[in-house]
Amino acid sequence: MSLRRPAKNQPETFEFSSSSLKEANKIVLKYPEGKQQSAVMALLYIAQKQNDNWIPLAAMKYIAKFLDMPYIKVYEVATFYTMYNLSPVGKYFVQVCTTTPCMIRGANKLVEACKEKISDKENELSNDKSCSWMEVECLGACVNAPMMQINDNYYEDLDKEKTIEIFDKILKGEDPKPGSYRGRLNTEPENNRKTLMDTKNA
Amino acid sequence: MPKLKVNDIEVEVEDGLTVLQACEKAGAEIPRFCYHEKLSIAGNCRMCLVEMEKSPKPIASCAMPAAEGMNIKTNTPFVEKARKGVMEFLLANHPLDCPVCDQGGECDLQDQSMFYGVDKSRFKENKRAVPEKNMGPLIKTQMTRCIHCTRCVRFATEVAGVSELGAIGRGEDMQITTYLEHSMQSELSANVIDLCPVGALTSKPYVFEARPWELKKTETVDVMDAVGSNVRVDTYDWEVKRVLPIINEDINEEWISDKTRYACDGLLNQRLDTPFIKYNGKFEKASWSEVFKIIKSKFENSSKDKVCGFVGDLTNMETGYIFKEFFDRTLNNINYDSRSDNRYLDNSERENYIFNSSINGIEDSDLIFLIGANPRYEATILNARIRKAFVNNNTKVISLNDVGDLTYPYKNLDGQTQTIKTIFEGSEEISKEIISASKPMIIIGESLLKLNSSEQLFNLIKNFLKINNKFTEGWNPLNLLSCDAATVGNFDLGILNNEKNLLEELKSNKFEIVYLVGQDNLEFNKKDEFVIYQGSHGDKGAEIADIILPGSAYTEQDGYFTNLEGKMQKAYKASYPPGEAKEDWQIINELAEVMNNRKLFNDKEELESSMFNYLKLQKEKQININEKQKISDFQNEKLNIQIKDYYFSNVIARSSKTMIECNNSKLNIKSTGTEG
Repeated sequence: MSLRRPAKNQPETFEFSSSSLKEANKIVLKYPEGKQQSAVMALLYIAQKQNDNWIPLAAMKYIAKFLDMPYIKVYEVATFYTMYNLSPVGKYFVQVCTTTPCMIRGANKLVEACKEKISDKENELSNDKSCSWMEVECLGACVNAPMMQINDNYYEDLDKEKTIEIFDKILKGEDPKPGSYRGRLNTEPENNRKTLMDTKNA
Repeated sequence: MPKLKVNDIEVEVEDGLTVLQACEKAGAEIPRFCYHEKLSIAGNCRMCLVEMEKSPKPIASCAMPAAEGMNIKTNTPFVEKARKGVMEFLLANHPLDCPVCDQGGECDLQDQSMFYGVDKSRFKENKRAVPEKNMGPLIKTQMTRCIHCTRCVRFATEVAGVSELGAIGRGEDMQITTYLEHSMQSELSANVIDLCPVGALTSKPYVFEARPWELKKTETVDVMDAVGSNVRVDTYDWEVKRVLPIINEDINEEWISDKTRYACDGLLNQRLDTPFIKYNGKFEKASWSEVFKIIKSKFENSSKDKVCGFVGDLTNMETGYIFKEFFDRTLNNINYDSRSDNRYLDNSERENYIFNSSINGIEDSDLIFLIGANPRYEATILNARIRKAFVNNNTKVISLNDVGDLTYPYKNLDGQTQTIKTIFEGSEEISKEIISASKPMIIIGESLLKLNSSEQLFNLIKNFLKINNKFTEGWNPLNLLSCDAATVGNFDLGILNNEKNLLEELKSNKFEIVYLVGQDNLEFNKKDEFVIYQGSHGDKGAEIADIILPGSAYTEQDGYFTNLEGKMQKAYKASYPPGEAKEDWQIINELAEVMNNRKLFNDKEELESSMFNYLKLQKEKQININEKQKISDFQNEKLNIQIKDYYFSNVIARSSKTMIECNNSKLNIKSTGTEG
């Protein structure tokens, strides 16, 4: 992890869309008068969501004005937390879990698929600029390892082929179905196992 | 009042103090980097670790409140080991480039590593390198040296009131920077150089100039504004290398303004180092005896009421006093003044021209009303106090004019004198606020005194405060904000002419001889006047002069200055005048000897004792001006705040290259329009 610097090419302006604005105002209302600055993290996240998963400097300025706080304070927060992206990551932001449980279940195959379909290197945009990938630490879905996250959705129980299938879809602009790719509902046991004692179908 | 033990010594400390302060009280010195008395507590350097009984881990004493029954140890092997560990981490990424670092010799890290440093590093990895940051023309950065104490960040946000510095990134990648690397927009910015415990922020104009142990240090007072900040002047031979603040809790606390700190390079440029005489429009070098002879013959050949004299904004009180004596005794004439503008002044009472509530009083005040003043530029340190009062007590500030950013919020009115009139006639909402405030402060700037109806307004304000019993034993709400170091001193000495308007007479060319002592701000069209200019710098005054007498700057002679609160402080001689130049009082004394074969004073001591005697008599004497001057009708005016260019407000600052750079960097920011 190196110091994440803001991207070189920055949009000139940023403004909340009407839905973001509504959401932001709702969050600001949660804080008592004079403590609106506490909403900065939530607002940065809203801006990131609105702006294809990254936060331009213009958005930081906009939020600083929105909450009446110094720019540098917003800038500090945005550079501190690694889940705020300061340069473009594409409309589809792929995060592949490579922590131990996923690694044991073959996460490196998922990484290979990323390299093949998206870009050679982490944090690099695909050719059509719609997608990028990065390795992350545990996303808390070890039961369904290996898995990855694309924007807000988890894609679980993957292997290399299924991952490539998903990438093909997102590169075409479709939204693939989230959840398990071995037909499980959530984290239910496979093969009709009912209890841990039941070793019949294990 | 908790009682605790530090190294088996019992101490009792006030509520709310920290363990570190308790240790200091018990005489145990605690090493620290991030902790600073005047800033909020951060607790992030961990250097101040001490052992506390019943605590398995060492505690950071700067962030731990002192509590009843604590048993603190600061000198055990356990503490030393903990501090050594911290120091090793701090040094892991610190480049050991002390030989080329300007902080060397006065570096906290260097000093403390003498005690807690380990001679060998176990850190085999590459040290990190951090790019340098642009922080303007005053602050040189070498961010690789930074140990992230965040003192500079806290200073900028809390004291200077400009939230422009911050720490970005995290962990090893943390960096201190201004937002997108603009220079800091504050007149107090250079104080971060003193605060920086390492060499990350150093002084740009002073870079590689000298080592601290080579410099002669003189504690003196500053003359760049009327606050009278206490400073230490460091000289190397004749040159003033730098100016640093010294602590005076009643005046400047620990800070000085950038002008105070950096105008000192103006002491090296444009200096008058030998007497000059103007022949056919050209200046030619001359000797002292020549110029004195010419001046004598000039004085003898003109009638005494055709002679006038003006004292400038940086002259010390001794010079002012001997100048007055020279006119009173040698020339038998009272055509002298220290004002360079038509300002209203009733010097019958001292409270009419000083800052009566005192600088410390700002913190007790509950309502501050600024009339015709912009304290940020007129008295930067005083403005920092107002900000401190605002931060600590949420003091309400009202300003008649919109004067831009003062580093604290204030309510601004329309800037018309009619508004002052209605407020102090008692019919406005603000009038009631002033009446109900227990310790209101009315700060009147020089701009108000220059108005046509200044007399009525001033008396109206004063009477309003009197009628409503705001003058109490411990509080005087009337405050005059002078801009120049010599103003109050000159008024105390009575270097004034209330009988006639000398300026008008000067402008209509009624005088034959004009004697200027450090006075460069007069605006008049010179005709046939013979102008004698005595001063330290070749500036506006010297330009129009026929004879130049080279004098000394404030660092080159002992002399008293009275600050805006009326506190008299002595400036000490740190260096000596250049070339043939002499101390100002000496020049006048010798001139008097040439004129009358008798010196005015035998030596400086006689001059001083005579001056103090005069001041004492003035204090006892109540001057009563009974004849009321006729008061013209009140007319509404727009009150414009006239501020001299902040970075060029006096001769020294005008000769300073650093001040020019500061001004330029400010102009650049303005013109690009990208500052946000």
